[in-house]
Amino acid sequence: MRIPCPFCGERDLQEYSFLGEAGLKRPDPKADDAQQQFHDYVHIRKNKAGLTNELWQHIHGCRSWIVVRRDTLTHEIFSSEFASDTLKEPAK
Amino acid sequence: MSQINRLAEGGLINRSKPLNFSFDGKTYEGFEGDTLASALIANGVSLFGRSFKYHRPRGVMTAGSEEPNALVELRTGNRLEPNSRATTVELFDGLVANSQNRWPSLNFDLMSINSLLSPFFTAGFYYKTFMWPASFWEKLYEPAIRRAAGLGKPPEGFDPDHYEKSFAHCDVLVIGAGPAGLSAALAAGRSGARIILSDEGPLLGGRLLSDNLFINDMPALDWVQKVTAELENLPNIKILRRTTVFGVYDHGVYGAVERVSDHLAVPNEFSPRQRSYRIIAKRAILGSGAVERTMVFGDNDRPGIMLGSAVRTYINQYAALPGKRAVVLISSNDGLRTVDALKNNGAQIEAIIDTRNGEMIQRALGGKRVQAVQTIDKNGNIRIVECDLVAVSNGWNPSLHLTCHLGGRPVWDEAKNAFLPGKLPTGLTVAGAAQGKFTLQEALEDGSRAGNEAAEQLGYQVKSIEIPSAEPEVFAHQPTWRIKSTKGKSFVDFQHDVTDLDIELANREGFKSVEHMKRYTTLGMATDQGKTANVAGLAILGEVSNRTIPEVGTTIFRPPYTPVSLGALAGHHIHRDFRPTRLTPSHQWASERGAVFMETGLWMRAQYFPEYSGENWLDAMIREVKGTRESVGVCDVSTLGKIDIQGKDAAIFLDRIYTGTFSTLPVGRVRYGLMMREDGFVFDDGTTARLGEHHYLTTTTTAGAAKVMAHLEFCHQVLWPELNIAFTSVTEQWAQYSVAGPNARAVLEKIVDPDIDISNEQFPYMACKSITICGKIPARLFRISFSGELAYEIGVPNRYGDALIRALMDAGKSYGIIPYGLEALSTMRIEKGHVAGGELNGQTTPRDLGLSKMVSQKKDCIGKHMSERPALLEPERPILVGIKVKNTRSKLTGGAHFLDIGSQASLDKDLGHLTSVTYSPNLNCWIGLGLLKNGRNRLGETIRAVDFMRKTDVLVEVCDPVFLDVDGERLRG
Repeated sequence: MRIPCPFCGERDLQEYSFLGEAGLKRPDPKADDAQQQFHDYVHIRKNKAGLTNELWQHIHGCRSWIVVRRDTLTHEIFSSEFASDTLKEPAK
Repeated sequence: MSQINRLAEGGLINRSKPLNFSFDGKTYEGFEGDTLASALIANGVSLFGRSFKYHRPRGVMTAGSEEPNALVELRTGNRLEPNSRATTVELFDGLVANSQNRWPSLNFDLMSINSLLSPFFTAGFYYKTFMWPASFWEKLYEPAIRRAAGLGKPPEGFDPDHYEKSFAHCDVLVIGAGPAGLSAALAAGRSGARIILSDEGPLLGGRLLSDNLFINDMPALDWVQKVTAELENLPNIKILRRTTVFGVYDHGVYGAVERVSDHLAVPNEFSPRQRSYRIIAKRAILGSGAVERTMVFGDNDRPGIMLGSAVRTYINQYAALPGKRAVVLISSNDGLRTVDALKNNGAQIEAIIDTRNGEMIQRALGGKRVQAVQTIDKNGNIRIVECDLVAVSNGWNPSLHLTCHLGGRPVWDEAKNAFLPGKLPTGLTVAGAAQGKFTLQEALEDGSRAGNEAAEQLGYQVKSIEIPSAEPEVFAHQPTWRIKSTKGKSFVDFQHDVTDLDIELANREGFKSVEHMKRYTTLGMATDQGKTANVAGLAILGEVSNRTIPEVGTTIFRPPYTPVSLGALAGHHIHRDFRPTRLTPSHQWASERGAVFMETGLWMRAQYFPEYSGENWLDAMIREVKGTRESVGVCDVSTLGKIDIQGKDAAIFLDRIYTGTFSTLPVGRVRYGLMMREDGFVFDDGTTARLGEHHYLTTTTTAGAAKVMAHLEFCHQVLWPELNIAFTSVTEQWAQYSVAGPNARAVLEKIVDPDIDISNEQFPYMACKSITICGKIPARLFRISFSGELAYEIGVPNRYGDALIRALMDAGKSYGIIPYGLEALSTMRIEKGHVAGGELNGQTTPRDLGLSKMVSQKKDCIGKHMSERPALLEPERPILVGIKVKNTRSKLTGGAHFLDIGSQASLDKDLGHLTSVTYSPNLNCWIGLGLLKNGRNRLGETIRAVDFMRKTDVLVEVCDPVFLDVDGERLRG
């Protein structure tokens, strides 16, 4: 696989490490049901087959955490951007 | 002249370069340009090996990489390569090859008794025959089967050659340099696009090498030469000969292996044997051609029965005549060219059997070589035709394997009687015979089209190309899949010895799906992936289950197209170079002292420093611990991860990362910190020093350095990008030593510059400071202790690391300073009850480690909520305790489980386990740390530590994890 890094350009898969679903929002620790919310945040994943937003880190490059929009059925990659830039938008 | 079947003239061999080689101990002569197969054929050898299961005699069937039969052990010693296809092995002087899977000899193979036992060896025989008794499997059945079945044997030593891995990038990758591939490369190459043209073989030209065809009324080889010359002169084209593109991967990544030195006896100096490539191509054109099909009839595996196209290749390319009295079996006019090739070169045509006329071969006669065939015509007349060669032409299977690698499924084409590529990988197009365009004219046109299209799509200006005109050809045929024979075996998959009856049996027993049939019979599962077998197998399955080929469907292919040696995939990453080795700043000095090193992750660390040759680790450790606790010791701790964190939000960041609070830490002080994962389990620990208002230096465990760094980057970039911080790993920038023991301060005072005051008042426990030592050399001093003694860690820029250890040893001489290694380090931390790897095992919470107090209740941090889940707070949950043997002569073993006295060793009685053990020189007995159920309420009680692996069952006392200096007076002294 070839993954485009917004900083370094297109690079080989072996330069990256994979974390998982992107767009999860860390819960408010002061919420009344914070423990339940943290449970969901840590363990519950959509695990969707198809179009997903994924977190990757360019560990053997610029070390940026990036959000890659990828179709898990075809492996087609549509876009990638710095995770820090995507945070403001709500998770899709 | 020993080459009895060598034609007097012709061929692409160099007769001025004779080469000597040996096969099964007998020496022969061939020529440069030969393959092992062509040279043996030229020498009249037709028996190459024994088959996989039945040990049937086998010869050459093809002239390419699709060969199922002629597998040999190539070379000897540690260069030996089993299952080498004689049809692709280029001859070199001194080549040694041996037949395989025979005993005691190829001519007289005792194992061929398997052939007589064949009723027991049909499809699924493993499952049926060797079911019971189960205990017989490992002792009897498996060893016996392994001896009897199988292919070649691998060498036992290390391969002396080296291999490389490489990346290559191009606009257009052209796979296969036959007429389609050459045309494509030429068209795309003239546009200026960057091209890689690869071919399996040493020569470009594909089928033009084996068939005497004409292009523009000139011999086709002239055209090949002209095109090759032009391509070689284009700077934007790289030609990779002897290179197989074996796999297609996502996003235009292609796996390839170049056999750089396989055609040489020994690789040239500084040259690898093979080189594997990841080729990144924007477009690819597959011009892999097609493989001819054989027919299934009785004993169709007899040596001397070959593909018609292979016969022509041996005659035209290699000037080797595979037989003198030939029967030509065809289902198309295309097969008639074999007749011409044979006739023109002195062979006698005994019969032309055209299945379209209703005549068929029922069975071949002969043993180690075909001697005759028995035919039957449409009226049922049987005749015997004597011969020593049968050339079979039954249409072509496009070599579409690569189109399947990303899930594409071939589609049956009724008109062409062949599977054609289905959905293609993005960026790949297929040209020529691989796309079912079998005639030369079609291939030339299709190749040019594909080359132009690829270049155009990439924005290159395409030059107009005149497509050469080739002589007309006809490929229409009516395939005959099998002729039912009442006698003999009719092979479909030659390499795995799968017959038509195996397929019938599979169908009868319910394995009607093509995927089931494949696995039940193992059709297509040998090293050739059934290149010559699969389509015939499907057709027969269709025939016996009354289905058409499209109804039966097809299995698909996976990488690699042909076997790839593991060496080529590993490249230089073997032995010591499998991963990097990291050396500590004191490594050179420690080596000079005769230190014994051990690997910890990538690091080489001193395990202990023997005082005399042969001192064992235990004696050395005891001496090192005593020396440190009684006077002073020094240890390289540079391997601990160090992360420099700066920025105005650094304090906030650390408060969120660690269970403790770092915003309240005064500048010039150090605090111990515990880090959790978000799931509430402890992730790592270490000290953090506040070097300035917005400047911290955090340390991690040696093993955790890389993952903590990635975790911090995640927290900053993904969770809290609004924080104004920056951090970087400085692990390798600072050499750091621990100086520990009652005389530590006295030693350091000798090396710090005179204006630096490190007295207990000015520099108390947990202080830190940037200082200078040894005359203005910058250093950082931390008063922290892992050993429980008065201790410091002193850091200097890495380049001073070697000088500093020598300076410390010098300064400490009068105090009898000793270096200590990992064993002593570990013993001292256990004596002091500090947690480390065994306790930080990813399954313990701060509470489990007895460190609940370290979790601030005034703030949130990563993992806080999850660590407070009810089950994690259960009092019954194992918690850290100290463990001491009751009998001082007993020994402890790490990993031993705790049990109550008198209780059964069962899971529900299990009380926890020992996480770390050591011999304590201070307590003069074995001690340890462990996680014990309800442990804090059991201090002083006696339980058992049971280890079934090492067969120990020891009475131990539960105690506080701090064995030494409980009040910490030594630390603060």
